[in-house]
Amino acid sequence: MKILIKNGRVIDPANNIDGIYDILVENDKISKVTRDIDMQADNIIDATDKIVMPGIVDMHVHLREPGREDKETITTGTMAALRGGVTSILAMPNTQPAIDCPENVELLKSIIDETAQVNVFICAAITKERLGKELTDISKLKKEGVVAISDDGSSIDNDELMLQALKKAKEQDILVISHCEDKSLSAGGVVNLGIISTRLGLRGISCESEYKRVQRDLQLAEKAKARIHIAHVSCKESVELIAQAKKKGIKVTAEVTPHHFYLTDEAVLGFDTNMKMNPPLRNKNDLRALKEGLKKGIIDVVASDHAPHTENEKEIEFERAEFGVIGLETGLAVSITELVKTGLLDWPDLVKKLCLNPAKILGIAKGTLGVGRDADIIVVSPDKEWVVKKEEFVSKSKNSAFLGKKLTGVVEYTICNGRINEPRPS
Amino acid sequence: MPGVWTRKDLLGLEDLSKEEIELILATAESFKEVSTREIKKVPALRGKTVVNLFYEPSTRTRVSFEIAAKRLSADVINIASETSSVRKGETLIDTGRNIEALKVDIIVVRHNYSGAAVMLARHVRASVINAGDGWHEHPTQALLDVFTLKEKLGRIEGLNVSILGDIAHSRVARSNIWGLTKLGANVMVCAPKMLIPPAIEQMGVAVTDDIDEALRNADAVNVLRMQFERDEENAFPKQLEYFKNFGITKERLGKAKKDIIVMHPGPLNRGIEISSEIADGINSVILEQVTNGIAVRMAALFLVAQANENITHEDTD
Repeated sequence: MKILIKNGRVIDPANNIDGIYDILVENDKISKVTRDIDMQADNIIDATDKIVMPGIVDMHVHLREPGREDKETITTGTMAALRGGVTSILAMPNTQPAIDCPENVELLKSIIDETAQVNVFICAAITKERLGKELTDISKLKKEGVVAISDDGSSIDNDELMLQALKKAKEQDILVISHCEDKSLSAGGVVNLGIISTRLGLRGISCESEYKRVQRDLQLAEKAKARIHIAHVSCKESVELIAQAKKKGIKVTAEVTPHHFYLTDEAVLGFDTNMKMNPPLRNKNDLRALKEGLKKGIIDVVASDHAPHTENEKEIEFERAEFGVIGLETGLAVSITELVKTGLLDWPDLVKKLCLNPAKILGIAKGTLGVGRDADIIVVSPDKEWVVKKEEFVSKSKNSAFLGKKLTGVVEYTICNGRINEPRPS
Repeated sequence: MPGVWTRKDLLGLEDLSKEEIELILATAESFKEVSTREIKKVPALRGKTVVNLFYEPSTRTRVSFEIAAKRLSADVINIASETSSVRKGETLIDTGRNIEALKVDIIVVRHNYSGAAVMLARHVRASVINAGDGWHEHPTQALLDVFTLKEKLGRIEGLNVSILGDIAHSRVARSNIWGLTKLGANVMVCAPKMLIPPAIEQMGVAVTDDIDEALRNADAVNVLRMQFERDEENAFPKQLEYFKNFGITKERLGKAKKDIIVMHPGPLNRGIEISSEIADGINSVILEQVTNGIAVRMAALFLVAQANENITHEDTD
C-alpha cells in the first residue's frame, strides 16, 4: 500500500526540513521525502497550503482503562487522539488497578493490542498503588517495555523514597515524571490562590504548593544524577527553578498544557467546573512566564493532561467536582492559536514541542518524518477556524475547557502507522 | 425609580450595577410600609410559589424569606436538607429540576458550597435567589445592611464603613464589599491577618488588623459573627483572645465617632465579637436590620418574579 502526500509544507525539525515536499509512504513506513514525487499510489493526498508534520506525541494522557471505562476507554481515547492529530500517547498509570506491577502492565498491553487506534506507550507507577509508600519493581517494569514512571495525580511526599526512585530510574535508564504538589500546602484548594479565590469564596491552591515540590525534586534529581520530567508546570516560580536547574546541568525537562498557557483563573469566575483542574489555572503573570518558558526552551513539551470525567462528576457543585479537562482533540489547535498565530513560536518550534521533544524525552522512535520511520503523519489546515462544540468530541467525556472557543487549525488527515484516518466531515 | 430589573435571578452583588442595586433598595422602600399595615399583605405575588431550599441550618434568613413571600401573597414551601432527598444522594441540579417540575416560580437557596446558587440558576427556568452560598455571597443580607445604613444616614456614597470579623470565610463580607463599593462607600475590612483572604484589596477595600484604626473614622461598623463552630482549619484565635483584641466594646467605641452605627447580621455571639452593652445600646441597629430584611427580600422576590415573566426561555441546557 502506497500513500503519496503532495505539495504540503513539510516540517520535520529532526531532519532540518521545512519546505514544500512530497512524502511517500510504503508498507507503513516513510520511504521518501523529496520534491516532486511522481508516481501511482493507492492514496494521493493533496496537501497544497497545508502543513505536513509528524503525528503528535502526547506524553500526558489519562485513558482511564482499566477501571473507569465510564469516563474513557482505550478505544474512545485513542479515537479522540486520531481526531486531534495525536499518533502516540503516554498512558498515565492512575487506573484501577494502578499500573504498578508486571501483571497489570500485561493487562493494559492486552487491551491496547486489541483496541488502541494509535500507539500507546505505558507509564507505570513509581510506588505500589501510587500510595507513596513502597517502590514498584522498576527493573521488571522496564523489562515489560514501560517507558516512564510516575505517580501522576500524586507526588511522593517522602524525600528519601523519591530519591531512591530516582536512583533506581537512573540505573534502569527510565524517565521519572513528577507531578509536583505538596498536598500539605494545597489540601482542600480548588482554584488558584489569589484575588479569584477570594472573589469566589473558594479555597485556594498556592503556587508554593507546586514550586516547593519542583525545587525538592530538582535537588533530588541532581543528587541521583537522574533524568526528571516535570509534568504540567503552571506557575512562574516553577519555570524559574527549571531554568536555573537546566543552567546548572540538571537533566530536567518540563511540559505545559494548552489550558495553562491559554486560560487564566479568571475563566473560573462563574464557577464553570470545566475550568477546574489540578494544577489550577493561574494568573496573567504565570501565563506569561509559561509562554516565555516555551519560547526560551525552558519548557520542552506541550502535553494535554487529557483527563476525562463524566457529566455526573462535573455537573455538580464546584468544590465537589473532579479536577481535570480533556485535551486530545484541542491541543494542536489551541497551540496553533495561542503560540504560532501570536508569533511566539514558529512552526518548527511547535513541532518540536508537540512531536520531537516528547519522543526524545521518552526515548521512542517517533516524532519525526525521517525515511524509514513509522508513517505517523498529520496534515493540517493551519488557518482554518472552528468553534469547539461539546457534541463534536469523540472522547467519551466532554469536559473541555475550550467549549465555545474559536480556534485556528484543523487536522485534515491523521496517518498512524501507515493507516489513513478519514478527514473530519466538513 | 432608577433602572429596570431584567435578571431572572439574584445570585450576588458582584455582577450588579449601581443602578440595579439602587432599584432593589427603592423597591424595598416601597414595600417596607406593607409590614406596618393592619393587614400585612399585598397581592403582588399571588399565585406564585416560592420554595426555600436550605442545605444549611438557618432560621433567621429562612423565616425572613418566608415572611417576605407571604406578605407578597405567594405560597411558600420549605425544604431543609435533613428532610430532603439530598440525604439520599440526589444532585443539586436534579433537586432543582424536580422542584421546577412542581411548577415553582422562585427557588430561594442556601447552600454550604460556594457557587451552588449560580449553578442551580443555570439549570432551571425558575428564578433563583441566593440566600447564602458557602463563603461566596449573601446578597440579600448585604442589601438589607445597605438599606439600613441608607435609612439611618441618608446616603451611602462617601460613608466610611468598616467590616469586622472573619472576612476570609464570610459571604456577608463579600456581598457587603461589592454593594458598598459600588454605591461609593469607603470600605475597610478588619480581622486578624489569618482571616483576611489574599489580594482582597483588589476588591477595592482598605485592609487592617488594627481594630482602633477600623473604628477611628468609621460612620458604621458591620460586625460579623465569628463562626467558631466552623473553624475546620484551626485558623481562629481563641474566643476570649478574639474579644480582647477585636471585640466591640463600650471602651473601643468611645474612641470612634459618637453616632457610629453598629450592625451585625446575627445571630450574636455576645461577649465574643460584641459586648451586650453595645449590641443593645443606642448605636446598634441590629433589630432594625432584621425588620428591613423583610422589605429587601420582598423586593428581591418581586423583581426576579416580574423579570422572569418577561424572559423568553430557551433550553436551559
